[in-house]
Amino acid sequence: MSSTIARLTKSLGRPAVLTLALALAACGAPGGGAPGSITELDYYTDQQGSAAWQKVLDTCSKKAGVTIQRQTVPTDQMLPKILQGATSRSLPNLVFTDNPTVQQIASTGALTPLSDYGIATGGYYDGIVKAGTYQGKVYGLAPGVNGLALLYNKDMLAEAGVQPPKTWDELTAAAAKLTKAQRYGLAFSAVPSEEGTWQFLPFFWSNGADLSRLDSDQAVRALGFVAGLVGSGSVSKSVLNWNQNDVADQFVAGNAAMMINGSWNLSRLDGEKSLHYGVVPIPTPAAGGSPTVALGGETGVIPATGQATQQSAAKVLTCILSPEVMQSWDTGHAYVPSQKDVAENFGQQHPNMQPFVTEVATARSRSADLGEKYPKISQALATAVQAAITGSQTPQQALRQAQQQAGGS
Amino acid sequence: MSRRAAAIAFLLPALLYVLVFFGYPLVYNLLMSLRDFSVRSFYTGQAPFVGVANYVAALGNPVFARAALNTVWFTVGSIVFQFGIGLALAVFFNGRFLGSATLRALLLLPWLLPLVVSGAVWRWIFDQDHGVLNTALRLVGLPAIPWLTDTGWALPAVILTNIWIGIPFNLVLLHGGLRAIPGSLYEAAALDGAGGWQRFRSITWPLLRPVTGIVLMLGLVYTIKVFDVIMVITGGGPANATQTLTTFSYSLSFHDFAFGQGAAIGNVLILVSTVFGFVYLRSARESLT
Repeated sequence: MSSTIARLTKSLGRPAVLTLALALAACGAPGGGAPGSITELDYYTDQQGSAAWQKVLDTCSKKAGVTIQRQTVPTDQMLPKILQGATSRSLPNLVFTDNPTVQQIASTGALTPLSDYGIATGGYYDGIVKAGTYQGKVYGLAPGVNGLALLYNKDMLAEAGVQPPKTWDELTAAAAKLTKAQRYGLAFSAVPSEEGTWQFLPFFWSNGADLSRLDSDQAVRALGFVAGLVGSGSVSKSVLNWNQNDVADQFVAGNAAMMINGSWNLSRLDGEKSLHYGVVPIPTPAAGGSPTVALGGETGVIPATGQATQQSAAKVLTCILSPEVMQSWDTGHAYVPSQKDVAENFGQQHPNMQPFVTEVATARSRSADLGEKYPKISQALATAVQAAITGSQTPQQALRQAQQQAGGS
Repeated sequence: MSRRAAAIAFLLPALLYVLVFFGYPLVYNLLMSLRDFSVRSFYTGQAPFVGVANYVAALGNPVFARAALNTVWFTVGSIVFQFGIGLALAVFFNGRFLGSATLRALLLLPWLLPLVVSGAVWRWIFDQDHGVLNTALRLVGLPAIPWLTDTGWALPAVILTNIWIGIPFNLVLLHGGLRAIPGSLYEAAALDGAGGWQRFRSITWPLLRPVTGIVLMLGLVYTIKVFDVIMVITGGGPANATQTLTTFSYSLSFHDFAFGQGAAIGNVLILVSTVFGFVYLRSARESLT
């Protein structure tokens, strides 16, 4: 009896061990196989974005003569996935990641500078080049950038006799006037993560505040302004839980007359036939100013995975960055081309994108000054925004605490 | 010899499994918590040894005290109601009546749903302006409650969700325990003139004790480590109001990239769970002797 079992265990055990060994070996191997085939990682999981991106990859796969195996993960699993790949030396050959994370990844030494492949950085917006630069070398470039603007419901504004606001005072007045029983004047996202920080930064920066000192007077005033919009009832308190997609839902449903949101929503809004919307730059503290928004967009980077695959990945990246492909991607996903002259052309062709094109010229890279320290400061700032909106702390208290959190590392 | 060999052969797969999938991560996490583990460390494999500095930093973080207290409230609040309601339902369904099995099966639904789905639905239910819950409150003339937007209400809201999710688990195990109690005892008690409450106190409760112990123990360990529900509903907000030790650990690791500190909090959680595990094992042994 026991010998039968022992034999059984043996025969069952061997394949199991073998499979495990194979799995471990697979983990240790560098990503990709033949140089004619590369792996690519991105986080365009939404239907429209994913389809538009697939088209870009198909085009460039043909042009560069390289087969591309695409992998898509949700945004918040991007970095864990990359770190996992870095540990096991199995990084994808080409990665498109949120631009503030590039320096973080480059600091590990896992990336290769784009100058190795003759990819030039001339003609790009300053902000996006800065975001991809680590210790003097450019590691990543984006085919498209984006920013936040004020989107408004034309019918609702006309009905209330309100002009699209240009200054903070006008925004306060317009939001109050547009607020009705079942409707809020304005919506934005204030979730406790990078998304919340990104939405607050246009107010923070446009008022002259600086991420190196979170509790400056300018910062306190900016937070006081945003929290005041919620406090006065012109903005729902639910913004604490709304991510940017939820905000767009509220806007489409007619529960908000205006919203702060990114250009990538336009293709979706265009699909709503009964919705007439307009776009203006984010209102500024005083008349005549230009807003400073944070620069968004995914940056393509090439991890060190071996000469042959790196060269193939570079060919594909070069193709994606070429003006025609760039333009088709940006049209498909409503992004702003990252090259200045392409963008200017683009803005003229797509009037609704013009405010975004204008803003991108003065947009700031989130990680340009702070580099690797940015994520921690961003987290502290998002918490401060929440504290001020809930009213559990005054803007001053909240920002002072954020500064202590961010400073004490 | 062959008996012994067979015994070892039986043990080996389990032992190997435990070593690879529990032992290794545990040791790795412990080592990680003693090092300055940054994003860089993942690629270079280098992380300078810093002793207990990560523990000092993480435990000294003002959010830690809040997260620890929230974890206690979350765990106690969830377990008391999950168990209480689960037990009441188990006793109720122990009586045979038409549709009892069907209803019991339906009650399992919350348990079968992916946590992310439950979380997303509850987030919608709790919505301040258009949520079902507040609409219902307004209908009966009560003021709307800022479920997820008030620092005082957010924690009760996520606890409520977790109670809903946890009831089936308690119901199933307790119901199984009730089935094991011989019906003759109840008949005898009824003949002696014992009422419903007395039968519960003198028969059900004492005989259910072993199962109760397991249910509470498992509930405790499951609840302490709850992560997805909170992450989906509030993300730890507003303003850290629903931050528990698990979400705090995640935030330290993947928002601040202080992986060593995140690991330190993780170890604190493991320690707490282990302590309760031992307490349970001890009490179980005592009740046997």
